[in-house]
Amino acid sequence: MAALESPQPGTPTAMRNAFGNVLSVLILVLIGVLAFSIRLFSVIKYESVIHEFDPYFNYRVTQFLSKNGIYEFWNWFDDRTWYPLGRVIGGTVYPGLTLTAGTIWWVLNSLNIPLSVETVCVFTAPVFSAFASWATYLLTKEVKGSGAGLAAAALLAMVPSYISRSVAGSYDNEAVAIFALIFTFYLYIKTLNTGSLFYATLNALAYFYMVCSWGGYTFIINLIPMHVLLCIVTGRYSPRLYIAYAPLVVLGTLLAALVPVVGFNAVLTSEHFASFLVFIIIHVVALVYYIKGILSPKMFKVAVTLVVSIGMVVCFIVVAILVALVASSPTGGWSGRSLSLLDPTYASKYIPIIASVSEHQPPTWPSYFMDINVLAFLVPAGIIACFSPLSDASSFVVLYIVMSVYFSGVMVRLMLVLAPAACIMSGIALSQAFDVFTGSIKYQLGASSNSTDDAEDNTSTNNAPKDDASAGKTDKGEEIVKERSSKKGKKKEREPADKPSVKSKIKKKALVLPLEASIVALLLLIMLGAFYVIHCVWAAAEAYSAPSIVLTSQSRDGLHVFDDFRESYAWLSHNTDVDDKVASWWDYGYQTTAMANRTVIVDNNTWNNTHIATVGTAMSSPEKAAWEIFNSLDVKYVLVVFGGLIGYPSDDINKFLWMVRIGGGVFPHIKEADYLRDGQYRIDSEATPTMLNCLMYKLSYYRFVETDGKGYDRVRRTEIGKKNFKLTHFEEVFTSHHWMVRIYKLKPPRNRIRGRTKKLKSKTSSGLSSKSVKKNPWI
Amino acid sequence: MAARIGIFFVFVAVFLSISAFSSAQDLQIVNAERRIDLSSHIVKAFLTLKVENIGKDPAAEMLLAFPPTQIKNLAMVQALAITGKKKKKTYLPLDVKPTERPDAPNDTGYYRVKFISPLGPGETVSLEVLYILTHSLEPFPVEITQSESQLVYYHDSAVILSPYHIKQQTTFVKTPTTRVESFTSIEPANRAGKEIKYGPYENRASYSYTPVIIHFENNSPFAVVEELVREIEISHWGSLQITESYRLTHGGARHKGVFSRVDYQSKRSVSGASSFNALLAVLPPRVNSVYYRDNIGNISTSHLRTGFRKSELEFEPRYPLFGGWSATFVIGYRVPLEDYLFEASDGRRYLNFTFGCPLVETIVNKLTLKVVLPEGSKDPSAVLPFTVNQELEVKYSYLDIVGRTVVVLQKDNVVPTHNVPFQVYYTFKPIYMLAEPFMLVTAFFLVFVASLAYVHIDLNIVKK
Repeated sequence: MAALESPQPGTPTAMRNAFGNVLSVLILVLIGVLAFSIRLFSVIKYESVIHEFDPYFNYRVTQFLSKNGIYEFWNWFDDRTWYPLGRVIGGTVYPGLTLTAGTIWWVLNSLNIPLSVETVCVFTAPVFSAFASWATYLLTKEVKGSGAGLAAAALLAMVPSYISRSVAGSYDNEAVAIFALIFTFYLYIKTLNTGSLFYATLNALAYFYMVCSWGGYTFIINLIPMHVLLCIVTGRYSPRLYIAYAPLVVLGTLLAALVPVVGFNAVLTSEHFASFLVFIIIHVVALVYYIKGILSPKMFKVAVTLVVSIGMVVCFIVVAILVALVASSPTGGWSGRSLSLLDPTYASKYIPIIASVSEHQPPTWPSYFMDINVLAFLVPAGIIACFSPLSDASSFVVLYIVMSVYFSGVMVRLMLVLAPAACIMSGIALSQAFDVFTGSIKYQLGASSNSTDDAEDNTSTNNAPKDDASAGKTDKGEEIVKERSSKKGKKKEREPADKPSVKSKIKKKALVLPLEASIVALLLLIMLGAFYVIHCVWAAAEAYSAPSIVLTSQSRDGLHVFDDFRESYAWLSHNTDVDDKVASWWDYGYQTTAMANRTVIVDNNTWNNTHIATVGTAMSSPEKAAWEIFNSLDVKYVLVVFGGLIGYPSDDINKFLWMVRIGGGVFPHIKEADYLRDGQYRIDSEATPTMLNCLMYKLSYYRFVETDGKGYDRVRRTEIGKKNFKLTHFEEVFTSHHWMVRIYKLKPPRNRIRGRTKKLKSKTSSGLSSKSVKKNPWI
Repeated sequence: MAARIGIFFVFVAVFLSISAFSSAQDLQIVNAERRIDLSSHIVKAFLTLKVENIGKDPAAEMLLAFPPTQIKNLAMVQALAITGKKKKKTYLPLDVKPTERPDAPNDTGYYRVKFISPLGPGETVSLEVLYILTHSLEPFPVEITQSESQLVYYHDSAVILSPYHIKQQTTFVKTPTTRVESFTSIEPANRAGKEIKYGPYENRASYSYTPVIIHFENNSPFAVVEELVREIEISHWGSLQITESYRLTHGGARHKGVFSRVDYQSKRSVSGASSFNALLAVLPPRVNSVYYRDNIGNISTSHLRTGFRKSELEFEPRYPLFGGWSATFVIGYRVPLEDYLFEASDGRRYLNFTFGCPLVETIVNKLTLKVVLPEGSKDPSAVLPFTVNQELEVKYSYLDIVGRTVVVLQKDNVVPTHNVPFQVYYTFKPIYMLAEPFMLVTAFFLVFVASLAYVHIDLNIVKK
């Protein structure tokens, strides 16, 4: 024990440290392997394929990048989407993920490892989750020592919330961005702890990578200023804080402006103003401290009154200018998503398109349990641990958890930002708890058998070098740990190593618990950990691995595979003309462009509300009006997703009210009330005539009654209202095997009957123009 | 169109036959029987010829003539000589080569059949000739709806086109069903059930041509692989990896208008009769790691039956193929190396594998077969029973430095009868197998040495 309390340069300690380093590197490698392999359930259970919607877009961009190179990528104007507007991909996409995967692919191929772009994309997310858990280790190590670091890294490696966004195939921005987020925070804390400009520069670069990767970078650029402000207010200003913050704002903003999608937003939008404000404040504070240093106290008082009066005026002017600037823009300079963060009801009131996305909804309580599980209970303990003692670093982590809890409560998607914070906190909590319990066990045992202690000390140092001196006895207790979860056990052994001297003293004096209580508490904690592991593995295997383009169902006669989406995308790509336009609800836009390689009208990048509203209007209009809208958009095929035959609930009929709402938001002749009977959305015989005659209803249920004779919809659990009808302006060209995707072709316009043509001619130009205006309701 | 060409051809043929080359006139065909099988989209014709030498000199070879419409669709011609009497018939394969004649009337194409021994004056020989035509059934109507069945035209001549005088001949045409809309009748001709009989015709002059058109129902799957690339990668670590990428189309009458899933599912017998949904690939025995996917992921409808003599992969494209629809997919599998790689007596190694397309009853318009030899192999040469285009490429695969030699064999118009073994010979030293593991070991060693050096070197400028 003496050896530990006063670290000597003697060989036992050095050896112990060396072994400890090797062991922790080994554990980190294992954590990385765990993080990678727990995300492979999707590949094993399903296949190595890109998942869901957005990843398909990213995959398509990566394909373009790997084929055409970086310069073509920046200039890429994509005419396959948002027809006829198109989209400037290079300028509207966060390029971090695609550049990362493209670089990996390029490196591998130049080493003659011929992996396909798809394979690289599928495995990017698992690889980066390994990186993310290592970054968590670094960050937590800076806050509370390497023991907590290892615990937090292990927790993050398998936290379900993060798994949900980073399973193999989930090739989305978040997969890379969470790593960048944690790493940026680590570098910030590192700079804060060391005051090194080297780390400050690295921090700006990491921040740049984060800006490249995800729109969530605004979280960083608001959280760090908040922390700086907190430090200043609580009187913790130091030159280290200045070095950690000022270069980040200057370099970070300059670098962020290099990313085309951010550009001048980095200095113009309100999301970034907090950082500039704090930048000014920190300079003022720095100046004050400087002046305080060179002036005598009396002179300083005079100077303060002078500076404060002038400073107030300047501040007032600056604030006034800012307010004027902000007020001049319609949304107050805030983007819709950010505004809905501040005011959770904002989106549902003003922007149905944001509200219609399920991941923008507020989460429910069960989803917290599902996504962070036992961490939710450990977090408070972690917060308490952070306050004893409170350092710059631990105050940052506390601020991080508080902010992320708020944001996750607003938008279920931001649970992802909460997860690392929860892992760090829980890591700290677990590590501290183990510290206390093992410490008190040791103390109790040490008190009873002090004489044998030293003898065992020598033997134990060799094989269990990381443990406290009296490890010999406690090993018995810890053997259970090793058996249950070997990784964890090792981790816990390690805590006292790094910051042992001060703390163990305090502990021994203040926090000595009875032996039995400690052992029971240890066992309970281990059980808690085991439960967490089981839950995470279950979540990874069952809940979050489905690629959502292939559905499976287990029935008595085996596994059923519903591969209808790809069936119809493959049909589109092989059997329609390459320049045909396909209209569908925007959910399927990315997939259609990526898998079917056909031009779509709207896609998941919902940048143009009017365009989406046009498609929504067409879907909610009667056949003829819809035909006219689609025809004017050059649409040749209309794709609808229909789940009524097999009971697939997220089909277009269930999304239909959003189409009506979004369409009605722009074209007032579409009224939501027309589609509801007494406020209820129904498609049975009670449904309103508007509903039964709209295009979506007709395309979904066309000839559906012939399957079972009644037209029983298995999603809505009712017989459909209108059973036998014919299509006049559309014809069915493809329906997938389980009817999940139905593709219709617009019939060519009819030849005009001679009489009608004559009539039109006689009406002359004035009649024509008025008619065409009437025909196109969205002009 | 084809009929008109045919009629025109007759006139030309009559004129030209007078001045036809004299050597050809040394032979005459005593008796000819032709059986044309139209039951699938691959047209198989069996000719039984009895050839007599009526000249004065022994004849070493004879010519088979094909009209220009057929010559470009001719996938394969095989000839066998029949020797011995009825009970003890033996068949000997004969050498058949395409040939050109400067005086060919009206672009007639020729194949030269070499007899086993020159045919002396007055002697006769019996020959069996099999020739296979692709793309010779012309759908009419060109576009059909889902519920219609597919009708096709077959153009040919009622009499056999030949540079020789034919004393007596008969042609039998077998149609897949009894539904024959029409057929050109050249007396004597009659139809019974699935068979149409033309002839017997007596004493037809050389280059006689009487075009006939048969219009009949054929709903057999018109599976046409427009392009097939098979890559066979030899790994001396013990396996052969085969990757086949297909572009498959339905080569029959084009689908018109609506595709209704209700009709397709509920009235399967009448709806989509000409479409096909199931394909069968015959793979080698002991096949493993089979996958079936396309560029957007796995296709989940397949069954594999591995057997002792062959394995069968039964699979479906993502959607049923109607006329004119196409689909792409990739099939890959692995077979043990020892079944296919042997050492020749001169120390070279050779791969013995099957040419052609594993899908049954399909035409391949363009087949490219790539044999990727292991890195470091030399002197590749391919041995095939028929002519193909050959070239060499270099492919870089896992951690290659000099690249792997690829023998590329390319052939157009491939039918199942082309599924015959071929050999690729090359020399290879087993020491090359260790190159890549050695590289990896070296790389890791260097990494460790570098990190060792980094830990022990003090890079600080100022001593602390």
